[in-house]
Amino acid sequence: MLKLENVSVSYGAIEALTDINLHVEKGEVVTLIGANGAGKTTTLRTITGLLEPREGRVVYEGEDISAAPTHTLVPKGIAMSPEGRGVFANMTIQENLEMGAYTRKDKKEVAKDMRHAFELFPRLAERKTQKAGTMSGGEQQMLAIGRALMSEPRLLLLDEPSLGLAPILVHTIFESIENIRSEGTTILLVEQNANAALHHSDRAYVLETGRIVMEGDSKELAADPKVKEAYLGE
Amino acid sequence: MDTFVQQLINGLTIGSIYALIALGYTLVYGILKLINFAHGDVYMVGAYMGFLIAVYVFGSQASIFNFVVVLLGAMAIAAIIGMAIERFAYRPVRKFSRMTTLITAMGMSLFLEYLFTFIFSGVPKTFPLLIQNDNYNLFGEVTISTTQILIFMIAIILMLGLEWIIHKTKIGKAMRATSHNLNSAKLMGINTDFVIAFTFALGSALAAAGGVLVAQYQPKIFPLMGLMAGLKAFVAAVLGGIGNVMGAVLGGLLIGMAETFVVGYGHYVGIPSTYRDAVAFAILILVLLIRPAGLLGSNVQEKV
Repeated sequence: MLKLENVSVSYGAIEALTDINLHVEKGEVVTLIGANGAGKTTTLRTITGLLEPREGRVVYEGEDISAAPTHTLVPKGIAMSPEGRGVFANMTIQENLEMGAYTRKDKKEVAKDMRHAFELFPRLAERKTQKAGTMSGGEQQMLAIGRALMSEPRLLLLDEPSLGLAPILVHTIFESIENIRSEGTTILLVEQNANAALHHSDRAYVLETGRIVMEGDSKELAADPKVKEAYLGE
Repeated sequence: MDTFVQQLINGLTIGSIYALIALGYTLVYGILKLINFAHGDVYMVGAYMGFLIAVYVFGSQASIFNFVVVLLGAMAIAAIIGMAIERFAYRPVRKFSRMTTLITAMGMSLFLEYLFTFIFSGVPKTFPLLIQNDNYNLFGEVTISTTQILIFMIAIILMLGLEWIIHKTKIGKAMRATSHNLNSAKLMGINTDFVIAFTFALGSALAAAGGVLVAQYQPKIFPLMGLMAGLKAFVAAVLGGIGNVMGAVLGGLLIGMAETFVVGYGHYVGIPSTYRDAVAFAILILVLLIRPAGLLGSNVQEKV
């Protein structure tokens, strides 16, 4: 479904990603783990066209999207919940969700998906008319994911969904990720919380200073002594 | 009392013009965090475009129809010019620092001022009166002119129209989303380059309306007319809270009134009427010292 081929990205003179090769198949949950500054967010920004690769290419469903403007990817079925949520603070929850469906014209289906988003995150339903900026971090995270789902994505990119959340909320977020996946959406998940990410994914890549240093089955990686020591704190 | 009400009417008239210009500053700032210093000159360009249509299409004949066509024509041409400025001057430098865009805007301002001086000379042109101007006595010594009523009405219609666009239309929602968070807006599938161009078109059209209206009120137009009006409208936008649409309207009206009251009453407290242009800048300094976010401005805190 998604493939990164020899992708390198730099910010000015600083190389942020070096020769990244990764792929995500339909129906999978793939996670990208690594420390702060390893290049996880940069990878997602490159996929969504917020950054352009210096070398290599990004291929989505057989099409080279390396240079495609960000806004053209939503109709193709790619949606992202960005790092730090990026909710529209002065808009209500409902308006935020409507923005997620910006490119869609099928109003009835949009209304149905909005009800679905509220089912997935009942907390949002209680606060429909509240301004997004006044919500807690966890609620904003739910909103960011719900908003991304409003475009009916086939590929959902999640950037650090558990960042800064209380453990109970981390659990809620990962539960909803399982729900989204069971509905057939392919997910690429970027996480610092390696433990939870490996537990809730099929395959994983480990990033270190802009390079992929390990890859494989999530369960196997979770059992790997090196991963355990470096990322699982055991 | 009579003088007070009369000053109020005069102040609101000129304030409406400032408000129309201030909206353009605030819209563009809201989206690009750019003070578009060429915006005052777009107001001047709008006045000249109206002048050309009034003189060369309608032979300076007065009629409501002619006025409406002049107004809409000037707004449309200014909208195209505003989009062209964005496309060819600002967009190529947007990826550099904000300072680069700011300096580009100053350059664009000088370019427009001297281009129009080159074409039309610096000598003021007299804008033909398109709607017959009568004075109506309200009470006592207080009068209001047809032109003043016209300015109020059109300013209100345009501002309500803008409110409607921003809050009720799809492109308006896209504008708000883009101004809150550019990258998030892109991730929603919003073509933010188009939204930015549209914002320049809207702001420029409003400024051009201000240019045509002011030319019905004070019919001398000249290539540097946008300089002072633009700066005052900028102060109005800052006073109201830059980026805030209602703030721009409020700021414009307040600056217009403050200025008129200095002319009317300043001599009682030893401020000669020649200081009218200084008022706006005194207000700017006070705002920056006391309430930098402006009257209606707020800082939304980001939650982690």
